[in-house]
Amino acid sequence: MKHHYEAIIVGAGGAGLYAALEASKTAKTAVLSKLYPVRSHTGTAQGGIGAALGNVEEDRPEWHAFDTIKGGDYLTDQKAAQILVEEAVEAVYHLENLGLPFSRTSEGKIDQRRFGGHTRNFGEAPVRRSCYAADRTGHMILQTLYQQCIKNKVAFFDEFFVLDVLIDGKKCNGVVAMELATGEIHTFQSKAVLFATGGFGRIYRITSNAYASTGDAPAVLARAGVPMEDMEFFQFHPTGIYGMGILITEAVRGEGGVLLNRNGDRLMEEYAPALLDLAPRDLISRAIITEIKKGNGIRGDKKIDDYVYLDATRIGKEVIEKKLPDIAGFCRTYLGIDPAEKPIPVQPTAHYAMGGIPTDIMGRVLASGGGDIYEGLYAAGECACISVHGANRLGTNSLVDLIVYGRRAGAEMARFVKEADFGSMPASADEQARKKINALFTGKKGKSRGDIATRMQEIMMEKVGVFRTGEEMKRAITDIRRIREEFNDVRVEDTGKRFNTELLEVLELENLLDIAYLTAVAAKNRTETRGAHSRMDFPERDDKKWLKHSLIWLDGEKYKIGYRDVDISLYKPKARTY
Amino acid sequence: MKITLKIQRFNKEKDEKPYFQEFELEAEPTDRLLDALMSVVTNLDGSLGLRKSCAHGICGSDAMVINGIERLACKTLIKDVADDNNSAITVEPLRCMPVQKDLMVDQGRFFETYRAVKPFLINEEPADGKERIQTPEERSRFDDATKCILCAACYSSCPVIQEKNPAFIGPAAVVNAARFLFDSRDRGMEERLPVLNDENGVWPCENHFNCTRVCPRDIKVTKNINLTKREIKNYNVQQ
Ligand SMILES: Cc1cc2nc3c(=O)[nH]c(=O)nc-3n(C[C@H](O)[C@H](O)[C@H](O)COP(=O)(O)OP(=O)(O)OC[C@H]3O[C@@H](n4cnc5c(N)ncnc54)[C@H](O)[C@@H]3O)c2cc1C
Ligand code: SF4
Ligand code: FES
Repeated sequence: MKHHYEAIIVGAGGAGLYAALEASKTAKTAVLSKLYPVRSHTGTAQGGIGAALGNVEEDRPEWHAFDTIKGGDYLTDQKAAQILVEEAVEAVYHLENLGLPFSRTSEGKIDQRRFGGHTRNFGEAPVRRSCYAADRTGHMILQTLYQQCIKNKVAFFDEFFVLDVLIDGKKCNGVVAMELATGEIHTFQSKAVLFATGGFGRIYRITSNAYASTGDAPAVLARAGVPMEDMEFFQFHPTGIYGMGILITEAVRGEGGVLLNRNGDRLMEEYAPALLDLAPRDLISRAIITEIKKGNGIRGDKKIDDYVYLDATRIGKEVIEKKLPDIAGFCRTYLGIDPAEKPIPVQPTAHYAMGGIPTDIMGRVLASGGGDIYEGLYAAGECACISVHGANRLGTNSLVDLIVYGRRAGAEMARFVKEADFGSMPASADEQARKKINALFTGKKGKSRGDIATRMQEIMMEKVGVFRTGEEMKRAITDIRRIREEFNDVRVEDTGKRFNTELLEVLELENLLDIAYLTAVAAKNRTETRGAHSRMDFPERDDKKWLKHSLIWLDGEKYKIGYRDVDISLYKPKARTY
Repeated sequence: MKITLKIQRFNKEKDEKPYFQEFELEAEPTDRLLDALMSVVTNLDGSLGLRKSCAHGICGSDAMVINGIERLACKTLIKDVADDNNSAITVEPLRCMPVQKDLMVDQGRFFETYRAVKPFLINEEPADGKERIQTPEERSRFDDATKCILCAACYSSCPVIQEKNPAFIGPAAVVNAARFLFDSRDRGMEERLPVLNDENGVWPCENHFNCTRVCPRDIKVTKNINLTKREIKNYNVQQ
């Protein structure tokens, strides 16, 4: 079936929905999502959305900007970060006005709490900047935005899986999608397409990310010749539930929780004497792994999958039940403990992709390091790289990013489609997608996809994780190349058309493999340590050589690497200590 | 431990009617039932249809009937539903909604009832560029209802919908109306009244409390329904 819309939005998380609200004001817009919108991963965000409202103590956007830039280890594009923090304030008020039920101060204002890396007066001490709705801020954002889409009658194509993009030269003309209910292939012709498909933590074994976080847009675009930016920077959140990866929000530490090693010592005293447990995530994840390697993990066997304790008992039962009720629930359900009474066993969990589809500050996708763009192609949210998070994102800054840059991209699309024309759409537009699916149904079944997925996740976890070395990454690349080849023999056994979830999962696995490959290659390429990219063989940050974004082009087995300048117009890079 | 999953299968394309299929597999007592189901999907039978995403009880994708009771598969540990004697865990799709395939049901009507109650803040007064003031007490009045993840477990468990009146808008729709009716910033009672005060609105509820028992978010669903009934009565008296 063929459809025509001026604007297509792929993804119904925070970024996609906000863009849809904005674009649909004037443009004929449709949202395509492989999940029901309310099932999107934005709903799991817990801790809060950062904005310098100054509701409980003095705060300023420029402090927020500085923290964001320093937190990103100076790989953050500084003007983009400035826009982020300035527009954050208005964005949070706007969300409240739309109905978002923020937690309140005693005067009835939006309440704010501490979060890692957010400080007053350029690093002096932690500041209360995170606006929150208990520990389900993302749930409330997703609900509120979806409710507004209902109110404004935005058109949705639920459970449509986008598997190809139509790019002609440097112009995007639409997408190809499969409808889960029928297996039918649809082409959507459009003047502008926004990709907002979220993260890809599923390349790792231990992750806070959903089954659906499979990097579909980055993979589809990479195969279509679009470069990916800063793929080497993947954030490990220090506190995932041991063995499961389920996130325990930083807000637990914001409210007073601390990390303890097996001797009962506050381990962060050694690694970040000023900010302690509220230091940025990259630092804390490294501190935990270092402690574990020293034998100070709880088991003490120095194995990489050992864990430490997050002690929330000192927060007190009342505050936990009021401000962190879901966290308490997770602990009860999955660990059988009450966090007010017992410490929570935690380990770093793969959490957030700083890298992704390169865009400018209007959400337009970049075609090279020189600033030229694809016409009619946009990206926002976690799958995009603007770059406001640089080499390491601060907590609460992703939700801001969704709202601020989701809105900017939506508005820019609406403006653009007014003057743009539909591109040409050959009858064979969906041919590639059909061929790909047919191939998955025909021929002899070779490898098991379960086995391939597990191996990929383990290789990435062990060799392209918190600490990295050139040697290990080289092996990871070889291994991933091999399993990408094996993937060619994977077949879908369920030959049915309706609700073929197996087909979907195989297509997602293909995307993950491409993303894992790009991540490993980009990581091996960067011979320095910066933010979340920590190399044992190159332990220092090297601004002379590496103060630049990397771009990587996928070309089947091969790849090409290029670079893009970092905007450092506001703050000169300095040593990053906390 | 060894477990047996007894799963209801149905694929319109080839089956005349639903049937049960058993799968034996190894699982840890602390594994989620969702982990076990995904192990079936990836290792034993890829054609088993189910929805899932977050895997920790927040997205509402995987409500199903487990040993006869509505639960989220990702919030159910094996040890909660199996004993050591390898008794089978039965897994069926939600009730009151047409089965699409295996454990997937068509939630079309469920979402229709949600949309029908106008689940968005209704307030046209200007907000002055800052937040609308709301005290913590006012905020706490509707806190419970904000937790809903639209999983449809309550809808499936409702004896009224099951046996008497399939046109009842159901517990979740009322909870989501209550979410706004009790929000001090909302002005939407009048607009929502035609749906809520309808004979298929709040009134068919008979206080069976099944919804409250199965809600994976521990929402006091029945209480929210009763509060809404009372609010409507008060409003009608005042008019
Ligand atoms: C557990 C957890 C807690 C977090 N807490 C915080 C926090 O407190 N503060 C903060 O700032 N950040 C937090 N984050 C990060 C933040 O929540 C995410 O980065 C952000 O929500 C991503 O939003 P998104 O709109 O980009 O994508 P998502 O919300 O992931 O949505 C992606 C959308 O794309 C659709 N999609 C994907 N692929 C396809 C395809 N092929 N075809 C069609 N549709 C597709 C999906 O259906 C979905 O609708 C947290 C993240 C996690 C995992
Ligand atoms: S009220 Fe509870 S059971 Fe019903 S849809 Fe909401 S979360 Fe699910
Ligand atoms: S998978 Fe999200 S609620 Fe179970």
